[in-house]
Amino acid sequence: MSQPDGRELAARLRDRDLAAAPAVLNLVETRTGAARAQAAELLAALSPAALGGEAKAHIVGVTGPPGAGKSMLLSQLLAAWRSRGQSVAVLAIDPSSRRSGGSLLGDRVRIESDPADGSVFVRSMAAGNRLGGLAPATRTAAAALAVAFDVVVIETVGVGQSETEVAEVADTVAVAVQPGAGDVLQFLKAGIMEVPDVLVVTKADLGRIAQRTHADLRAALSALGARETAVVAVSSVPPPVGFDELLAALDEHRRRLDLRARRLGARRAQALSEFATEHGERGLRALGGPRGAQRLLASLDPGLDVPALERALERRANDDRSVPDQPIG
Amino acid sequence: MTSPRLPEPDRPWLMRTYAGHSDAKRSNELYRRNLAKGQTGLSVAFDLPTQTGYDPDHELARGEVGKVGVSIAHRGDMATLLDGIPLEQMNTSMTINATAAWLLSLYIVAAEEQSPPTPESALQGTTQNDILKEYLSRGTYAFPPGPSLRLVADTIAYTVTRIPRWNPINICSYHLQEAGATPVQEIAFALANAIAVLDAVRDRVEPSLMGEVFGRISFFVNAGVRFVEEHAKLRAMAALWDELGRDRYGVADPAQRRFRYGVQVNSLGLTEAQPENNVYRICLEALGVTLGRDARARALQLPAWNEALGLPRPWDQQWSLRLQQILAYETDLLEYPDIFEGSKVMEALVAELAAGARAELERIAERGGAVEAVDYMKAALVESQRARWRRIESGEQTVVGMNRFQESEPSPLTAGADGGILVVDPSVERERCDAIEAWRAGRDQQAVAAWRASRDQAAVADALEQLGRVARDPGQSIMPASIAAARAGATTGEWAQALRDSFGEYRGPTGIGETAAPAGQDLAELRDEVERVSEALGRRLKLLVGKPGLDGHSNGAEQVAVRARDAGMDVVYEGIRLTPRQIATSAAHEGVHVVGLSILSGSHGELIPAVLEALREAGAGEVPVVVGGIIPEADAAALRDAGVAAVYTPKDWDLNRMIGDIVALVAERNSVPA
Ligand code: B12
Ligand SMILES: Nc1nc2c(ncn2[C@@H]2O[C@H](COP(=O)(O)OP(=O)(O)OP(=O)(O)O)[C@@H](O)[C@H]2O)c(=O)[nH]1
Ligand SMILES: [Mg+2]
Repeated sequence: MSQPDGRELAARLRDRDLAAAPAVLNLVETRTGAARAQAAELLAALSPAALGGEAKAHIVGVTGPPGAGKSMLLSQLLAAWRSRGQSVAVLAIDPSSRRSGGSLLGDRVRIESDPADGSVFVRSMAAGNRLGGLAPATRTAAAALAVAFDVVVIETVGVGQSETEVAEVADTVAVAVQPGAGDVLQFLKAGIMEVPDVLVVTKADLGRIAQRTHADLRAALSALGARETAVVAVSSVPPPVGFDELLAALDEHRRRLDLRARRLGARRAQALSEFATEHGERGLRALGGPRGAQRLLASLDPGLDVPALERALERRANDDRSVPDQPIG
Repeated sequence: MTSPRLPEPDRPWLMRTYAGHSDAKRSNELYRRNLAKGQTGLSVAFDLPTQTGYDPDHELARGEVGKVGVSIAHRGDMATLLDGIPLEQMNTSMTINATAAWLLSLYIVAAEEQSPPTPESALQGTTQNDILKEYLSRGTYAFPPGPSLRLVADTIAYTVTRIPRWNPINICSYHLQEAGATPVQEIAFALANAIAVLDAVRDRVEPSLMGEVFGRISFFVNAGVRFVEEHAKLRAMAALWDELGRDRYGVADPAQRRFRYGVQVNSLGLTEAQPENNVYRICLEALGVTLGRDARARALQLPAWNEALGLPRPWDQQWSLRLQQILAYETDLLEYPDIFEGSKVMEALVAELAAGARAELERIAERGGAVEAVDYMKAALVESQRARWRRIESGEQTVVGMNRFQESEPSPLTAGADGGILVVDPSVERERCDAIEAWRAGRDQQAVAAWRASRDQAAVADALEQLGRVARDPGQSIMPASIAAARAGATTGEWAQALRDSFGEYRGPTGIGETAAPAGQDLAELRDEVERVSEALGRRLKLLVGKPGLDGHSNGAEQVAVRARDAGMDVVYEGIRLTPRQIATSAAHEGVHVVGLSILSGSHGELIPAVLEALREAGAGEVPVVVGGIIPEADAAALRDAGVAAVYTPKDWDLNRMIGDIVALVAERNSVPA
């Protein structure tokens, strides 16, 4: 397969050519030097500076414990978005066992869609050995697809850590909780998990136990003073229930969001995380620790894309290599 | 001294041979011929679209209409099938599961419309109607487990009160062993399944009828080549069944608690290599279920020596029938009381298996019963199959002629022009066959369309709406509404769609996500190679394993997917029953480096080219495709000509070797140096 051209792919995304999606994903997942250079070209051409603003899509993170009902819920949401005429890209992150380095990606089949519908794109991504629930290329992929699609969804498994990471990339994070599952409630109360933007109680067809969970979550949220967070109960088996409300809650959150600030935060977080992956503790120390790095990032042009931010961090770190390691403040 | 013999030798078991036939008219002719010979039993095999609730013109029916059985789309088809056959004298056995309630409805309506009419109360026969094993092995499910089980309970409750001579369900452990079940799993999963059914029926019939319901349940069991243990398995099942009837359902009459079963012996262990050896395997397996009088099969069906090659010819089936006849009529098998009575070894074996099964039943109960445990059981079967395959590959388990004693004189059995299986001339006849197939499929489609056009549309719409309402109310029985829809002229696809709308579309679990990834020393080399090629590609080697069409044979696809993962690949596997377009869309979206398709049902000639075409349309035409399954060599050549990179069959049992080939193929196509 020949190396795709980053600029050309960017142009196709800007023209909202949805058929470019597979090639974009292949490119951003490829770790060869040449591919990374092209991916940097791609992102530069899609930076807020180049676009003249933030990418238009609503980036939605859907996370929650295994088997909570995320994929079936997504099938319903997908249908709802499609009936409003919106195009949707789904990135399904699979956390499969990585003893061999390989993975089994079967989740896409749970997300029902019409294979002939060119406005839907579903891609599985293996989490690799990364903690945090996202695959290495998820953030980049989401940022790029957000230029062409109306909605970009990221499905990740788990609560706690992964929920935090997906919050760094999504505009709106929905956490799916299945009736009776106490872990989310405990994590919320204990502060292990940040308060999500929308809480979804799944499997509402199970009746009383779902209502209980719904009430418990509301109580926990008000105890935490998080009255803004919507709690919605849905049932994904026929007849589907609660999706108008869920859609409204997602829309409402997005409407009230300071999109520019959230996306800027996401880019900075990603740049820092990629820098840390590449250069480790030592690199970070050269920037004066995470805080020093944040200060530096805050001083840069908000319209820059992630690779550009990363390069700025690298330049500074190299400048400082002569200076002895400083204690992290 | 008392005689060790029975006063009178036993009557032999019922000897069955498998007969496939394809359309309603031809099946009808066959039935009438058999009738003329005095036979009073009909055995109806349906094609996969009928079994899964699709009309012949549905996208998923492509290549499958009339293939493994007869296509029945509405009461008109059922009338043709049964034309001139007096149903009150007939005992009709139907291999039908997900759509059993519907086919039974059509049968009832056909009977009342015949002249003279036969009232439903006079009908006799069997519906297989065992849905849980469809999720676990056989693959012709249509709705989610919960609602499906309700349909099963509805048909049982209906027949037990209104069609007293109907056997509403035949619980199948046969298919579980074919999917990899150990003896303990076979016993436990089948009994758990029976419990789920009985519990559901208990809510729907008068308590006084439970003994009757229990007595009506029969089993369809497997028997493998470890025939001593297999015999013990049957005794253990009989004991547990008796206990279950007494303790859980309070069945007082021991006759109603008798474990009644028929057997088809193991086919999974029959090999493509040195296929003549299969005759011995089949013989030993038959012994396992006939040897001891206390657990002897009521009916026996044997596969043929060429099972792993393709479909048997009449002569092959005759050879297997003769085996049964020799057992029954030449040997002294039937002259004795139970020969294992008092055997310490047999007793201990039975106790061991029963204890294992009890523990497994406990685990299933903890999950809330068989319906809730479908995912668990499916994963357990895939895991057992994986373990079995590993034992064969490592040589720990001997399969004569396959992984040991491979050297062989050329076999005269496969030397003939037909390669020893039922085939038509590979080139010319194949085309004619395809043409007939297309014509037949086209005609069936037109027939369905014509049928739809000719009936009272409003009545059909009303009946289907009523059916949907009933489906959504679990307190009601599906049977009266189904019979009404059958009378109104609804089609199989419409009946199933109304239920799909009410219950939701369902995809069975693949069971592969939970399989262990062993440390396996023998994989180290392969992993290194996957790693090296992935490194050169810049991203991890990604494989899509696809099962196009309605073929439910999933063992091979599952094992290939799991092994590829263990070798370090990213593997996309979405389970059975996908359209070519779904597979192509997944391949394109997922950016896979290679596609592996698995087809065992014989529809490769139609479906593989369709997938290749769909891949081109989806912009993934350059992705190499390999194919595995039951593919006769002549067809393999045609597939390679059509662009398939490689074709694998059961003789390629070394999974690592095949995975290695696939890695090399990807490397070559992407110019990664060796
Ligand atoms: C097990 C089995 C079943 C099981 C399947 C369980 C399951 N979940 O898989 C059950 C009992 C359910 C079953 C049902 C039926 N079966 Co069946 N079944 C078999 C049997 C005995 C073994 C197949 C098997 O699993 N082998 C073990 C696996 C690991 O091997 P494999 O799939 O062949 O895969 C190997 C290679 O082919 C290759 N490979 C396969 N796929 C792929 C994919 C890739 C990418 C690669 C690289 C390699 C590869 O690698 C594997 C390792 O060597 C075969 C006969 C035989 N001995 O082969 C008949 C057979 C396939 N069945 C047959 C038939 C007719 C049926 C039924 C239609 C019978 C009926 N009338 O109901 C039904 C169909 C049900 C359905 N929904 O489709 C016929 C098909 C005839 C034909 N093609 O012309 C066969 C050949 C038997 C016969 N001689 O009549 N069956
Ligand atoms: N009763 C009921 N069951 C549901 C509902 N939604 C999902 N399920 C069931 O819950 C199980 C998991 O559903 P998925 O949608 O695959 O859940 P998931 O969170 O995506 O699962 P993973 O991706 O494996 O973590 C399946 O067996 C579904 O049938 C619902 O609304 N009601
Ligand atoms: Mg999921």
